[in-house]
Order: sequence, then structure tokens, then C-alpha cells
Amino acid sequence: MNGTVNLVIGLAMGLNLLALGSSRLPTLIRAMSLQGVVLGVMPLLIEHERLNWQILAVAVATMAGKGVLIPSLLQRAMRAANIDREMEPFIGFVPSLLLGAGGTIGAVALAQELPLLPEHAGSLLVPGAMASMLTGFILLIGRAKAISQVCGYLILENGIYLFGLLLIHSTPLLVESGILLDLTVGVFVIGIIVDRIQRAFDSLDTRKLTTLHE
Amino acid sequence: MNPLLLILVPLAGALWAALWPDNRTRPWLLPVVGLAHVTLCGWLFIRPPEFSPDAWFAFDPLARAVLPAVSLLFFVCAIYSVFYLHIRAERNNRVFVALLLAVLGLLSAGHQSRHLGMLWITTEAITLATVPLLHFNATPRAFEATWKYLLVGGTGIALSLLGSFCLGYASLHGGGVGNLTFTALAAQGVELSRPWVLTAWVLVLVGYGTKMGLAPMHTWKPDTYGEAPGLVGALLAGAVTTVAFTAILRVRFVVAAAGQGRIADLTLLAVGLFSMLVAALFLLGTRNYKRMLAYSSVEHMGILAVAASLGGAGAAAGLFHVWSNALTKGALFMSAGNIRRAAGSASMDDVRGMMKLTPRSAALFVTGLFAITACPPFSPFFSELLVLRAALAAHHWAATAIFLICLLLVFFGMTRVVFGVVDGRPRPGTVANSRRFVETAGVIAPPLLLLGLSLWIGLFTPPLLRDAWSAAVAQLFPAP
Repeated sequence: MNGTVNLVIGLAMGLNLLALGSSRLPTLIRAMSLQGVVLGVMPLLIEHERLNWQILAVAVATMAGKGVLIPSLLQRAMRAANIDREMEPFIGFVPSLLLGAGGTIGAVALAQELPLLPEHAGSLLVPGAMASMLTGFILLIGRAKAISQVCGYLILENGIYLFGLLLIHSTPLLVESGILLDLTVGVFVIGIIVDRIQRAFDSLDTRKLTTLHE
Repeated sequence: MNPLLLILVPLAGALWAALWPDNRTRPWLLPVVGLAHVTLCGWLFIRPPEFSPDAWFAFDPLARAVLPAVSLLFFVCAIYSVFYLHIRAERNNRVFVALLLAVLGLLSAGHQSRHLGMLWITTEAITLATVPLLHFNATPRAFEATWKYLLVGGTGIALSLLGSFCLGYASLHGGGVGNLTFTALAAQGVELSRPWVLTAWVLVLVGYGTKMGLAPMHTWKPDTYGEAPGLVGALLAGAVTTVAFTAILRVRFVVAAAGQGRIADLTLLAVGLFSMLVAALFLLGTRNYKRMLAYSSVEHMGILAVAASLGGAGAAAGLFHVWSNALTKGALFMSAGNIRRAAGSASMDDVRGMMKLTPRSAALFVTGLFAITACPPFSPFFSELLVLRAALAAHHWAATAIFLICLLLVFFGMTRVVFGVVDGRPRPGTVANSRRFVETAGVIAPPLLLLGLSLWIGLFTPPLLRDAWSAAVAQLFPAP
């Protein structure tokens, strides 16, 4: 079982690197949505001996939200804004990739040192979580377009979600679904604001958002 | 009386407002629900209900010590908003009114959360519900501010979720069975895994500290407070930040139970003093009087963090300061909102002589300035004095000196801006613009009322209120 879980997390980590290295917005959105689907499968794999309708509901909701709903919202915003599909990076693609790859190796090494419960010791959950969070931060800081920053924020959230899977036995499902609902609504709100910014500024370049300063 | 009513009544009110057809009469729902909330809250304050330690939401001593301040502030803001929305009759206020009421319900839930997960869920929900309130003015500047609020606030709240997970893992590692109420976590005591507790504390302090607006995570604050309507600023600075403060207090309680209280206190003290210093330096430079209020809020959040680091006596002073800050800051935001509306600009480069154009708002603004910079006899003077006494009693000499120097710098910075705005001869453009704004009783009485309350709580602190603060301190700092 652990092997399959690790394989899936490895896939998610590979998608992190794809997101860091892609120079085109649609690729970034696709990488992020695929990662969302991969994460949605995770609770089913981890809890395959204790499956019930609640876990199934969380999994389906994650896949639908992160894999379909949010990416299509972003794609619509991208088309409506009619922006060119090339991303303009503050941190170049090669440096981002190197940072991401180095960070992934560092995360695996660091996780060996962390005091984990025996059942989590061999799992890639913790390194996967740390690598995704790092990827999210690099995209948040290193990209100029609002949509790519949103993607970065989502990948950051994916990392935190991975970490939260450590607690899947112990947190009541009501709490988990509440967290999931909040995150989904959060991205929805961000999507709406992206749309408004596009109308107000006629652009989604966050470098134009510089009116407010001392 | 069921304290869940404090959550459910405003949420029902929000639904009611969303369905209410008439734009002109809809704002009246705000004071109606606000009055119901104040009454309920006052009733529960006088007769605190019994609660089970495992309850996820309860009107516990900490909620009792701060929630009435939030309720009072909201009620006064609600009265103001009726007249504010009357002036802005051209805009549809359906979303604005409904979300204000929803925020009140969520604030009540956040203050009453005794469960780690529920606390995070309500705080995130408050963040999201306030977003449309910020861009009510629908200007490009307002959208820019909203974007920054979402991105910085969203990242902060994500980190606090990670911190909550780490605390949950600390409990699991220590043999916990997944009961994530603060009582159960603290009961595990030193069995909580130390490295995970410390990681959790750092992440929670950064995460909820972003929501509170502690430096260096305060960057969203000036932009947001500068562009949001005055009454929204008042609620953010006086009520939303309070939820984050109580969240930090509740997590500190668990961290202290795990034997790491000293580290928690030192970090809180450092972050608090740094926030005060950053705020003081920016206040010496800012030229926008609404952004000035944001930096002042950063300063007061710093004072709260310092107070929380000073043990029981400090925390009691901190809870007192929550009241002082909420009431006084509310008055300042409303009077600044009036001046902004009359002057048409928030920069002191364009605005001066408001004493001649809006004499009542200007007088309130100046009085509020003296109140918030801790001039006696307003309540911030007394609460900050208690914080200082706690600092001296703990022999934090250097911290006391920095604290006092920051207060002095803040006083210079704020008087410079406020007198620049109210003094002098108004510009012709400002005079023309101000003719469209009339200082009716509706926009003057609410800030006056808040200043009056601030004065009353400072001079004659009701014994019942002191008892509530001591009870909360007894909950958070149990005798060893």
C-alpha cells in the first residue's frame, strides 16, 4: 500500500517541477489541475481498508474542486483576459527548476531527520508536502501574472493538504470537509477578484498594481 | 440561553438581508440584528452559561472577556452604516449588508471556538467574507488593495493551517487520539512532541500574526485600510484582528502546557516590539491619514503581543487593551471616513483646514488621536499603563524603554498628520467637494458614542468587566 501512495506522491512532486519549468500558462494550469486529481486519489489509497461514504465524498470533492472547477475558472479568466500565454518570470525558469529540484532533495533529506511516527517514516508524504509548499512559494514570488500567482497559491495549498493527510485518521471528517470547503470558496473568491482586476486594469499583470505605496 | 444563538442570529440576519428586496430600507437590518446581538451578548456576559470542556463552541471566559467589545463595536458601526449607505444610495448594498451580518456571526463563532480546526475554519471564513466589503467602492485602487489582502492574507492563513496540522501531529505523536479541542491538547501537556509543538507555534504566530497585522506580516494593512470604507476599517481593526489575537492566546495556552511557554513568550515579545517599532517609523513618514490609522493598528497589535508575553498580569492588561483599541479605533475610523468623504482625498498633501469644513468630525478626529496615543483619561492610557507595569514587574527594562520610545514616536507621527489635515486654510477644491457632505447626527453620534465608551471604561472600569478579564486569565494561565 505504502508503495502505491509513494508512487502517487512522486507523481505529484514531478508535476511540481513541470509547473516550475513550464513557460506557458495553459501548461501550468494543467499541471496544477492534474496535481489536484492526484491528491484527490490519496485519501482513497491511504484509507482503502476503511472506506466509507464520507471519505469517498472528500475524495470526489477534492478531485472536482481542484481538478476541474478551479482550473476551468482560471482557463476562462485567461481566455477572457486574452493575455498572451507566455509567462513573465521574475525568477527565470531554469533557476526556478534548480531551486525546486534542490528543494525536493532537501525535503527528502530533512524528512529523515524529523521525528515521525513509525507508520509515516517511510512515506513520501512529508517530503512531498514540503516540496509542494516550496514550489508554491517560488511561483507566488517569481511570476508576474495574477493567474500564475493563483496557481502558485494552489500548489502551496496542495502541499498543506498533503501534510494534513498525516492526520486523516484523527481529525473528524466534519473538520476536514470544513477546511476543504473554505479552501475552495477561497479560490473562488480569488477567481472573482482576478476577473475584476482584469476589468479595472485591462490587464492581469500584477506589476501594474503599484498605485498603493507610501 | 444558548450561546450558539450569537452565531445563528446574525447568520439568519445575513440570509434575510440577502433576500430583502428594497435597497433603501435594507441597511436598517444591520442595527436591528446588531441590537439583538448586543442584548444576547450582554445577557450571556452577566449570566455566563455552563459549558462542557469538550465543546467545540462555547461562551467560555475568554469569549466572555472580548466578545462583548466586538458586539458593541459592531452595533455602533451598524448605526453608522445606515447613514453611510444612505449617502451611497446609488450603490446596491445587498452583498455589503448581508456579508457584514455574516461577518458578525463568524466573529462570534471565531471567538467561541475551542477547537483547533474550527478556529481555523472560522478565521478563514471571516477573511473570505470581508473581501467584498473591501472593494465596495469598486475603484481600481480598491481592487488592488483587495488583491494584496487576498494574497498576503491567504498565504498567512495557509501557514496557520499548516501550524494547526503540526500541532495536531504533535498530539498524535504524543499518543493523542485526535481530540483537537484546546482543553484536550493542553491536557496532554509535556507528552506533546516538542519539535512539532515549536514548529506549530512559529507557523501559527506567523499565520494568525498576518491576520492580526503584526510586523513584518502587516504589509496588507495600509493598502486595505486606506481603500476600504471607514466602517469596514473599524471592524477589521477592532474585531477581526481580535479573533486572531484570541487564537494566538489559545494556542499559546497549549504551547505553555507543553512546557514551551518561555519560548512562546520571548517570540511574542520580540514580534510585538518589532511591530511597534515598524509602525512608529512608518507613522513618521506617511502622508495619508487612512494609512496612518493602519500603522496605528499595527502598533496596537504590537502592544497586544507584548502584553500577551508578560504572563497573567500582562494578559489581563492585554484584554483591557482589546476593549480600548476596539472602541477608540472605531471612533477614529468613522471620523476619518467622514473627513475623507467631505475632502475627496485621503492625502494630507490635498487636504487641510478640515476644522473649518467639517468641524464636528475634525474635533472627533483630534480627540480620538489623543485617546489612541494614550493621553489620559481615555482607556488606552490605563490599559497601556497596566501593560507597562506588568513589563516592569517582570524586569524587562530594555523592552519597557523600547515600548515608551515607540509610544513617543507614534505620538509625533500621528499628531503631524492629524493636525496637518484639520489645521490651516482649506483648498478651494476641497471646499467645493465638502458642500456635498452634511455632518448629520447619524454620522457624528456613533463615533462620539464610542469615544464616550472609551472614556467610561478608562475612568470607571466596571468591576464585572475586570472580573471577566481575570476569569479569562485564569483560563489561559492556570496556576501550576
